[in-house]
Amino acid sequence: MSLSAEREATTSEAAAEISGRWSSLAKELLATRRVVIGLAIILGLIAMAWIGPMLSPWGFDERDFTAFRSPPTADHWFGTGNTGRDVFHMTMVGLQKSILIGLCAALFTTVIAALVGAFAGYYLGFTDRALMWVTDLFLVLPQFLILAILYPVLRDQGWLVFVLLLACLMWMVTAKMVRGMTISLKEREYVLAARYMGVSHGRIILRHILPNMSSLLIVDATINVSSAIILETALSYFGFGIQPPDVTLGSLIAEGSRQALAFPWTFWFCTGLLIVLVLAVNLVGDGLRDALDPHSKSRT
Amino acid sequence: MSATSGTAAAEQEQTGAARGPDGVEPPVLEVRDLEVSFPGGRGNAGVTAVRGVSYEVRRGEILGIVGESGSGKSVSSLAAIGLLPDYAQVKGSIRLHGEELLGLDDRTMARKRGHAISMVFQDPLSGLTPVYTVGDQVAEAVRVHNPQISRAAAHKRAVELLTLVGIPDAERRQRSFPHEFSGGMRQRVMIAIAIANDPDVIICDEPTTALDVTIQAQILEVLKAAQRETGAAIVMITHDLGVVAGLVDRVQVMYAGRLVETGTVDDVYYRTRMPYTMGLLGSVPRLDQDEKSPLIPIKGNPPSLTDMPPGCPFAPRCPIAVEACDAGEPPLEQVGGEGHRAACIRAGEIESNSWTAHDVYPVSEIAHDPVSQVPREDRGTVLRVEGLAKHHPLMRGALFKRRVGTVYAVDGLSFDIREGETLGLVGESGCGKSSTLMEILSLDKPQQGTVEVLGKESGRLSNRERFDVRRDVQVVFQDPMSSLDPRMRVFEIIAEPLRTHGYAKDRIRSRVLELMELVGLDGSAVTRSPAEFSGGQRQRIGIARALALEPKLLVLDEPVSALDVSIQAGVINLLEELKARLGLSYLFVAHDLSVVRHIADRVAVMYLGKIVEIGDVQSIYRRPTHPYTKALLSAIPLPDPEKERRREHIVLQGDLPNPADPPSGCRFRTRCQKFAVLSEDDRSACREREPELRHRVEGAADQAAACHYADTEGSR
Ligand code: SF4
Ligand code: SF4
Repeated sequence: MSLSAEREATTSEAAAEISGRWSSLAKELLATRRVVIGLAIILGLIAMAWIGPMLSPWGFDERDFTAFRSPPTADHWFGTGNTGRDVFHMTMVGLQKSILIGLCAALFTTVIAALVGAFAGYYLGFTDRALMWVTDLFLVLPQFLILAILYPVLRDQGWLVFVLLLACLMWMVTAKMVRGMTISLKEREYVLAARYMGVSHGRIILRHILPNMSSLLIVDATINVSSAIILETALSYFGFGIQPPDVTLGSLIAEGSRQALAFPWTFWFCTGLLIVLVLAVNLVGDGLRDALDPHSKSRT
Repeated sequence: MSATSGTAAAEQEQTGAARGPDGVEPPVLEVRDLEVSFPGGRGNAGVTAVRGVSYEVRRGEILGIVGESGSGKSVSSLAAIGLLPDYAQVKGSIRLHGEELLGLDDRTMARKRGHAISMVFQDPLSGLTPVYTVGDQVAEAVRVHNPQISRAAAHKRAVELLTLVGIPDAERRQRSFPHEFSGGMRQRVMIAIAIANDPDVIICDEPTTALDVTIQAQILEVLKAAQRETGAAIVMITHDLGVVAGLVDRVQVMYAGRLVETGTVDDVYYRTRMPYTMGLLGSVPRLDQDEKSPLIPIKGNPPSLTDMPPGCPFAPRCPIAVEACDAGEPPLEQVGGEGHRAACIRAGEIESNSWTAHDVYPVSEIAHDPVSQVPREDRGTVLRVEGLAKHHPLMRGALFKRRVGTVYAVDGLSFDIREGETLGLVGESGCGKSSTLMEILSLDKPQQGTVEVLGKESGRLSNRERFDVRRDVQVVFQDPMSSLDPRMRVFEIIAEPLRTHGYAKDRIRSRVLELMELVGLDGSAVTRSPAEFSGGQRQRIGIARALALEPKLLVLDEPVSALDVSIQAGVINLLEELKARLGLSYLFVAHDLSVVRHIADRVAVMYLGKIVEIGDVQSIYRRPTHPYTKALLSAIPLPDPEKERRREHIVLQGDLPNPADPPSGCRFRTRCQKFAVLSEDDRSACREREPELRHRVEGAADQAAACHYADTEGSR
């Protein structure tokens, strides 16, 4: 009798309360205005960046010899640059790159951080000391100095290498956070249970530990997107970043800033887009953090 | 409240019925038709946690309110003291000395609180401010309501109060901070604060739930003393039917936000008229019962308060429910003796047929394990632990860590478990039972001693062999919340061990369904996530996972202590049944001796990393020989008021000593009740020589105790 004791008791009570973690989360997110606005802006920018160039009558390398440094007109929506290239087209291509770089760098950063942090926190002991030593090393090294030294080697390697470089400059703090979380998660009984049933350590990290901090990782990745975009801009501004013929918002700003007063359209459009992009990403990141962090929940 | 009892006649009836022996004295605290609801917010429905509760207490009276989690027992008393959050909606009336408390503003209420009415909570740490000394906090409580008292006088009173609640050397200890106190000590401080102003009512909300049994016994003594001292009325809220049995005058049983049975202790315990109360009493394993009878599990779960069935809230779980039960909520009506009321339409029938719990609840006998017929010596050894020790270094210093001592978590433990046997490992928190488990389960080489699982010695296995041994030893953890990965579906959880050990895909599917069936869960539920299950069901999932690989030995780490009693009974019965059916051996770790008596064949009692007494259940429980075992057994309250009143409790002094600095000789001597009455000459043996674990009693072959002066006479 005891065997059937609770058979019928699989109540629906809890089902109402937790209707799937993700769907309730999605609901919560969509109820947060910030997230909705941020997402809408980002989607708008993405659409603009990829569709915009197709609408523009001018090509990327095409020069309009009739209009050097022309202010915005019906022909050149954002005006033209020093050599007669269409600023609108260039800005859109730059926006594409910036978004791509931001997303990829954030992804790499989070992956590196998650792996380093989780392995250090899980194994502790020697692994931990070695990994944390590397992390600290990266934290204390002057980044711009390293970049200046590496610059000659890296300048011709293309933008993906640059993205990796960005990730290498950004993963440390997240890794430390992940390590802390791992240390507390690994004492959880379900992790112990997995260990005592013989699941290998690597699998425990991948199947139990990392999924259980996924919300943290998602929030962090989002915030990293905006940091990566800003860092990229800063590096490109100083000439360490993306090299011509590639353009990003950063390199466009660098170019435009020299003549910002005389020909403001070469500067203000790319800068404005950068600010809008970063703000939108931060809005989403903030909203996500509020929705995922149990401590920030308040009853209204 | 329901219509019937709301009428004037019933009202009169109630007051008349509840009149105490001295008749005329008005109640100190009177709660009538209390209703508490929490309005829903964003997506969750509103909850009515308390639905029409009435009670009153008089001076010097102790009222017990018993219920499982979610029954509304705590909410109703938080309402009385005005500590509910602002969004709670409270209806009805709460009167203190005839003065209405509901609707009073915060300031007035705060003045009443602590002065006329005070509260002791379950978790004493949250009630104390970490940055002030306990003496200051007690003195503060004294001064808040009597500002004219001088600082010095308040401090003097604080020391008095601390002495009263049994804090040794209060003059000195009052300068300590809360974190320097143990849980039991903190609870004493909370009681001191509660009685600082001679309150008329003290509400105790599960004051001993977080504490060990020996400490619980101390705290109950303190509460009794506090009541004698102040003459206050006490409202004792608890889930433990044992705690209230010997302590209170009247009991009220709550279920789903309502009172379902109230009356004097004897009426409720011996002339139970409500099936829920019967189930509750029958589901507690009894320390005082020799032969094993299966416990009474109440099937199902308490109803969700958001979606209450229309009739008797207990109807879905009630074995004698009839159609009429669903018609309307049965009112709380007089049955039998004066003041004894029950909310059950069949209460009269129960009375006239004098049904007991075993008549109401059909319980099948649990099949006997064929292995248990074979004498112990002839059965194979599943687990052998020999001289196991685990010492943690104690480090100090932030920058340069240096070793300042050693914590002797486990210190020379030896026992073995035979096929088909259950060994109960009991002891209070901090005795090293969990460390022992972890040492065994890790299958690493122990610091000292040997652990042999199925004849294979830990630490001498190749990785492959170790992996294979893992199949045979599985574990069920205490907390059903944290032992299942919240990110996984139930299917994934149960399939994990199978996948790890390389089962084929289609085999996994059928095995998972088979396991769900085995632990009494619906196979179709495997697609849900663990959060959708109740505690008892989750524990069943944990058991299913542990059984997946058909282990020989199951290590159970307090598997039922996080569950409500009625659910606990179901899980214990399941474990017994599985053991008999599958021929398992259990290592059952628990702090609850009554559960262990029910389930175990042999018991090992641990104290400070050592086994102080080991033997078969019958011998140990009938004739404990070690003073510590005796004290433990005596500290457990029985859910039987008659016996409880007659029992002499041995109340141990003090707390567990620091495991980094155990007393010399016998580790128990600082608290030993026997040591205290020994002559000075005899004491030196306890002080100087460590008693070894060996047979001490004639005729009890399988019983050994580690005490120089073990009791060899027959009685308890
Ligand atoms: S009223 Fe009916 S369902 Fe409720 S306890 Fe009594 S018999 Fe059971
Ligand atoms: S050896 Fe002495 S101190 Fe230890 S338990 Fe026995 S009587 Fe008590």
